[in-house]
Amino acid sequence: MSKREEIIRVDHITKRYDENAVLDDFSLSVHEGEVVVIVGPSGCGKSTILRIMNGLEPIQKGEVTYRGEKVDGKLGSITRIREKVGMVFQSYELFPHKTILQNIMLASILVQKRDRREVKEEALQLLARVGLSEKKDAYPRQLSGGQKQRVAIVRALAMHPEVLLFDEVTAALDPEMVREVLDVLLSLAKEGKTMVIVTHEMSFAKAVADRVIFLDGGHMEEEGTASEFFDHPKTERAKQFLHTFTYDKVERE
Amino acid sequence: MNWEVIGSYLPLYWKAMLLTLRIGWIGIAFAILIGILVAIVRFYKVPVASQIAGVYIEIFRNTPLLVQLFFLYFALPRIGIPMKADFCGALGLALLGGSYMAETFRSGLESVAKIQTESALSLGMNKSQMVLHIIFPQAFSRSVPSFVANIIFLLKETSVFSAISLMDLMFTAKDLIGLYYKTSECLVLLVVFYALILIPVSVLGDRLERRVRHAEFGD
Amino acid sequence: MQNLGIDVLFKGTNMMRLLGGLWVSLRISLIAVLFSILLGVPLGILMSRKSRIIRAITRLYLEIVRIMPQMVLLFIVFFGTTRVFGWNLDAEVASVIVFSFWGCAEMSDLVRGALISIPKHQYESAKALGMNSLTVFVFIILPQTIRRLLPLSINLVTRMIKTTSLVMMIGVVEVLKVGQQIIEANRTSSPNAAFGVYGTVLLLYFIGCWPISMLSKYLEKKWNNV
Repeated sequence: MSKREEIIRVDHITKRYDENAVLDDFSLSVHEGEVVVIVGPSGCGKSTILRIMNGLEPIQKGEVTYRGEKVDGKLGSITRIREKVGMVFQSYELFPHKTILQNIMLASILVQKRDRREVKEEALQLLARVGLSEKKDAYPRQLSGGQKQRVAIVRALAMHPEVLLFDEVTAALDPEMVREVLDVLLSLAKEGKTMVIVTHEMSFAKAVADRVIFLDGGHMEEEGTASEFFDHPKTERAKQFLHTFTYDKVERE
Repeated sequence: MNWEVIGSYLPLYWKAMLLTLRIGWIGIAFAILIGILVAIVRFYKVPVASQIAGVYIEIFRNTPLLVQLFFLYFALPRIGIPMKADFCGALGLALLGGSYMAETFRSGLESVAKIQTESALSLGMNKSQMVLHIIFPQAFSRSVPSFVANIIFLLKETSVFSAISLMDLMFTAKDLIGLYYKTSECLVLLVVFYALILIPVSVLGDRLERRVRHAEFGD
Repeated sequence: MQNLGIDVLFKGTNMMRLLGGLWVSLRISLIAVLFSILLGVPLGILMSRKSRIIRAITRLYLEIVRIMPQMVLLFIVFFGTTRVFGWNLDAEVASVIVFSFWGCAEMSDLVRGALISIPKHQYESAKALGMNSLTVFVFIILPQTIRRLLPLSINLVTRMIKTTSLVMMIGVVEVLKVGQQIIEANRTSSPNAAFGVYGTVLLLYFIGCWPISMLSKYLEKKWNNV
């Protein structure tokens, strides 16, 4: 895998809110076609990593690069990089004043200045792919959470990103809707899309990941292939963490 | 009720209403303009300008238009700033309205969640595209109820224009009552003409509110 | 200070007269606020019920108040009653009537809004804890309603004070009118008195309203976060 081209490089970054370090000397490199899944307890800084990769958070130390170019929210080059780095949020963040189709087309037309007809055609194809063709003229409020999230994914895909960042995309969903969203992610993985996924869905993580990063307290505690991590965790912290997802049978007295 | 009297007064009231509408329209248009500018200055916390805007808002929101007009029209000429009555009326309304509109638009801007802007940025939009296509439309649709209320409030406030001797509806009514004592007729006409101005605005405002609410929130 | 006409205020009893005028405005506002609360609260509670007839009548009432300038209402009550009933209504009494009529509408709408904004499950969860209707109302609904209501009603007070400036137009001698009289009386000796006097009146209104507005804002912020 490491022979493939490196797309995103996170190099010894430190991120602080006030005096609290959220990420401490964290490094990660994402290669073309790779699916990296980041897991860890709440508040360990997982989401912050994605936000930093997209230039949405300033960092105090270290550097993030996208194909060798510095990622920094203050630089003019950031919009060009964000075009290529798609991001999907936990809370969907569709634009409530635009229809589904407009949501998908907006950035392609505005940012990439692509031809409206061509963009529309592609948007419709993408919608069909996630089974939401009939919702094209609806407003976001008319969709269920799972539907909104599928649209949000399609909206990111419409920009032809080279890498996709998924920030706990199923955390706000009702249990029965989780599947429909994760299926989309799985199919993207099959196509060989480069993805960085933050999730709490462990069985999904195991299925989709090429590489799992276990983050705790702002540090990378463990890194390995999916089966290495889930079947034979090396660190005590990782074992404890994975244990929180299993329940022992209640023994009645 | 004497219909003949009413008929003979109609043209006078009509003229007075046109004056109210003319000054009211100009005043409100500038109020919206001032409101947008001040709201942006306040929202983005532009140094110095934001503080000045804050003082402006507090002064005009906490004093009556009537006193503001007296100050503009009678006091300012004493320090060498004379102005004509109709200009003064429009200016007073614009300044008062600007302070209300500013608060309306600012709270609209504040109601757009920060993550919406991040979502726009993550799609590669630059700041101005994000503000124009994502922030402003949402902020405006959330401001609509308060915006409509402001417009009705400002149109009602025009009723103090007679204090600076503008011949508006109140002036006409008072004048005619004083001259001919046809009180009932004068008052009925007064109500009718204000209704003529305000009912359409109220109906249009309701419709606008409903449309915006439907588009965004679906109810 | 001569040329700004501020000296006039310190001549004789002028400042006291001006403050006396302010008291007239405040008195009218306070009485009207009192009536607005006394009448508006029960009306608001009534309006939160789902009776069609009540809703239709109150809707008409609220629409009239929403659309008609307070000045027009003042004219109707002050000039109209003289004409129709033949008695001379004191201008200050007319003002109190009009502002109570207006304030009561605003107050009732605020009360209704606050009452219906309390989510249904608040009633249900309280009942589920075994409380009876009275306990639910006193300990659960009332405190929440007051928290929503108080900042807005305080705001209504400042609007009331500002609106009382209109009463000079029907001849009540309040602060602005007193100011006018002072300026008239000193026309020759202090030609610039208008600046000092009207500036002072503006300031007096500001001093009266601003702290109340701030209080309302503060309460709204404080209670919205809970």
